[in-house]
Amino acid sequence: MENIRVRTMADYLANGEKPEILFWVGCAGSFDDRAKKITKAIVKILNKVEMSFAVLGTEESCTGDPAKRAGHEFLFQMQAMNNITVLNGYEVQKIVTGCPHCFNTLKNEYPALGGNYEVIHHTQLIDELIKTGRLKVEGGSFKGKKITFHDPCYLGRANNEYEAPREVIAKLDAELVEMKRSKANGFCCGAGGAQMFKEAEPGDREVNIDRSEEALELNPNIIAAGCPFCNTMMTDGVKHFNKEGEVKVLDVAELIAQAADL
Amino acid sequence: MHFGIQNILFIIALGATGFFAFKKFSSIIRNIQRGKSLDRNNNFGQRINTLVRVALGQSKMVTRPIAGVMHIFVYVGFVVINLEILEIITDGILGTHRAFNFLGPIYNILINSFEILAVLVILGCVVFLARRNVVKLKRLNMKELLGWPRNDANIILTIEILLMSAFLTMNAADWYLSTQMNEWPHIIKNFHIEHYAHSGVQKEAFLISPWLSGWMPNNLTYVMYIERFCWWFHIIGVFGFILYLPNSKHLHILFSFPNVFYSNLEEKGKFTNLESVTNEVKAMFDPSFVPPTDGTPGRFGAKDVEDLTWKQLLDAYTCTECGRCTSSCPANQTGKLLSPRKIMMDTRDRLEEIGKGIDKDGNDFKDEKSLLHDYISPEELWACTSCNACVQACPVNIDPLSIIIDLRRYLVMEESAPPSALANVFANIENNGAPWQFSPVDRLNWATED
Ligand code: SF4
Ligand code: SF4
Repeated sequence: MENIRVRTMADYLANGEKPEILFWVGCAGSFDDRAKKITKAIVKILNKVEMSFAVLGTEESCTGDPAKRAGHEFLFQMQAMNNITVLNGYEVQKIVTGCPHCFNTLKNEYPALGGNYEVIHHTQLIDELIKTGRLKVEGGSFKGKKITFHDPCYLGRANNEYEAPREVIAKLDAELVEMKRSKANGFCCGAGGAQMFKEAEPGDREVNIDRSEEALELNPNIIAAGCPFCNTMMTDGVKHFNKEGEVKVLDVAELIAQAADL
Repeated sequence: MHFGIQNILFIIALGATGFFAFKKFSSIIRNIQRGKSLDRNNNFGQRINTLVRVALGQSKMVTRPIAGVMHIFVYVGFVVINLEILEIITDGILGTHRAFNFLGPIYNILINSFEILAVLVILGCVVFLARRNVVKLKRLNMKELLGWPRNDANIILTIEILLMSAFLTMNAADWYLSTQMNEWPHIIKNFHIEHYAHSGVQKEAFLISPWLSGWMPNNLTYVMYIERFCWWFHIIGVFGFILYLPNSKHLHILFSFPNVFYSNLEEKGKFTNLESVTNEVKAMFDPSFVPPTDGTPGRFGAKDVEDLTWKQLLDAYTCTECGRCTSSCPANQTGKLLSPRKIMMDTRDRLEEIGKGIDKDGNDFKDEKSLLHDYISPEELWACTSCNACVQACPVNIDPLSIIIDLRRYLVMEESAPPSALANVFANIENNGAPWQFSPVDRLNWATED
């Protein structure tokens, strides 16, 4: 087993302690095999900087994001109320999420229902850790590699965060190349709005194929992502073009964990 | 010129335009007010700032440089040349000729800038016509534009070119007359056109129209008729334009300003929390909770335009059908049925339909149709990834996504008709706390497995 240290909120409470931050893992990060690797990369970074953090573990439940985007406001609010009860019970103040969808929902949509927290996305936390000197990263294996970053809609357009992931990538001494449609003009991977969980409507092609093609046109070594769903979509797209040998799809957290040899 | 029959005709035309315009605009405002209430009066400073940047400053237009620059020509031309309309109206009512001439050198500067802008407007409109009809830009030739919307755009562009040409020709005739007068004194006498000679228009006053004066006929009376014809053509054209506006995508020249002012200032990812749902959920968590009632139980989500907010309806009237939203929509660009522009056009068309019904049958007008199903199909709605690209792209801050979500809410919560895969997702979230069929007790397994 890899050497990661994870404690739950309940553990902390039992010891009469309080963590610095709550790590909201999310459904993909908890259950999806690919996304679990991202979760572990985030944990390794947190372990490395010795940040005291907790997860909710089995007390965590879907934020309700897919329900809300699909129009099931009722189910969303039920989920939100349940989660807020748990979070407020632990007097949580600061949350880092491993997924832009959880990030958006917790940050923007929970306050009106009584859940007020400072919420950041993991790329923002990593950026902050590097800037404050808590985390040291050297390019190492990424030196000279060509990386393109795919903006997750719910981090970028939805919350105006385009720079944090890019600044983190800039620390890798790699060549950051931009797709034609990037930042505010970024093109969706096709997973949002609960599309991840259903067949696409009839059309000419899949959204993720369109986006992956655009990324592959740059001949990158790595397509960097900041969302487990984008990650799946882009990985599938790269496979569609039979490029999985040459091009890796990696989360920003994974890049940093690898670069810091964690 | 003195007060005469022309002025009486002018005053009648002005009055009629005012009357019909008032009637039509009142009914549009009444239609918009049929929307649900929404408070957008907060953050005055930030709203003014957005207005200045996005509406006055056209900041989102220039993301597409050719269209952006051409549009700025037409827009600045439109705003500035309207000052000239003030003079035309003054002359029309009082029987004066170029009433603002007393401004002297300032007048010359004004006229010259009008003339330069008129040329730029013509240039812009020609380029726009070419993009639609010759280059056939994809976003300007999609199926939702077939028929009226496409003619509408071409009509407006043609009218603008004609109006600007009339304006320049009018100036050219005026200039020509004022420079030829001294050589034909008897004509001046015979035709009572002394005012052209005394209008003070100097040779150097006009920059562009003198170039056109070469086309003027030798006979000065004909030139005078040309001047009169262009004057009337210009102002009747403007009156017609005002009356045409409410039926056109061109309404954005007025509505984009309030529409941008009342923009959503929240993060784009933040969707509204339905209060009616909150009340029910709270009541489930706490049986003693008494929801504040306003009497009407209300629907969950939107089935028809009246379930949308006034801002969503204002959005619909403001939409200029440019298709920037649709051309950045991932669903549309991969061949799905969804087009955010069509969502806005459908909303407006449906609201207009209801408005016409009310004009006819009064306030309790009812029909069997609704925005959902009759105009917008579930297939369109379910193709949306909620990526906000349409909202980002819209130069006048329209939010098609919010309408899509409100219609989905109705489909899911009132009609219980989500796609079956999503019905499973809902069941999983409800039972397992995750969109997939995993047990909640396994949620932390990742921490201990390889
Ligand atoms: S939010 Fe929906 S309608 Fe708007 S661009 Fe994205 S997929 Fe298209
Ligand atoms: S919604 Fe905005 S971007 Fe889309 S067609 Fe209308 S004006 Fe253009």
